[in-house]
Amino acid sequence: MSTLHTVNKSPFERDSLSSCIRLAKKGSAILLIEDGVFGAMTGTDHSAMVQDAMKNASFYVLGPDLAARGMSEDRVIDGIQVVDYSGFVDLTKQHDTCQSWL
Amino acid sequence: MSTKKFMYVNRKAPYGTVYALESLEVVLIGAAFEQDVSLCFVGDGVYQIAKNQKTDGIGMKNFSPTFKALGDYEVNKLYVEKESLEARGLTLDDLMDLTWEDEDDDYAEKPSIRLVSSAELAEVLDEQDVVLSF
Repeated sequence: MSTLHTVNKSPFERDSLSSCIRLAKKGSAILLIEDGVFGAMTGTDHSAMVQDAMKNASFYVLGPDLAARGMSEDRVIDGIQVVDYSGFVDLTKQHDTCQSWL
Repeated sequence: MSTKKFMYVNRKAPYGTVYALESLEVVLIGAAFEQDVSLCFVGDGVYQIAKNQKTDGIGMKNFSPTFKALGDYEVNKLYVEKESLEARGLTLDDLMDLTWEDEDDDYAEKPSIRLVSSAELAEVLDEQDVVLSF
């Protein structure tokens, strides 16, 4: 069974992302939304943790939430796919369940 | 009425929660009282003044241009903690160009953002009469 995990909190403020990474099964998808998008950026204190987790899970980030916060898609970690709202819908369809790490 | 030193401490990213917008509104209201106002941006608060915010896609109002108006209200001390920027892979270039016009210096445009270390910011916070946290 495959799960889509969504994380909407900044990794600097809460441990939602690290908990998600720790507990997501290999082959899961992790979608970063709202303040969670800061976890997708290069050069941060959390980039290495995310890059390491990408060996086990596929990562996505919601483009409109990046744009709202002035975060450039050019500085998203290589291998994290930027999706729009219809891409978000597709991800929910592709997985059996969705878990929100609020 | 004597003038007091007011510091608004901003520690939250914009849009995900309402803190950043609420802080800015209180700063603007407070500006009418002609006090000695400073703002500081710490932790995720530094994201509030990031350049190129475009909110059309999330259906929320982009309030970042309002920071550019602060100079007109004589709110021109915006302290940014260097350590917070660095932890987020950001530099001053990633922040909006926020300036004010110094009427005592032929209306010269001067930067409002002051990049400070944690130790320097601790000193500034220690000098305040009133600290408001957001």
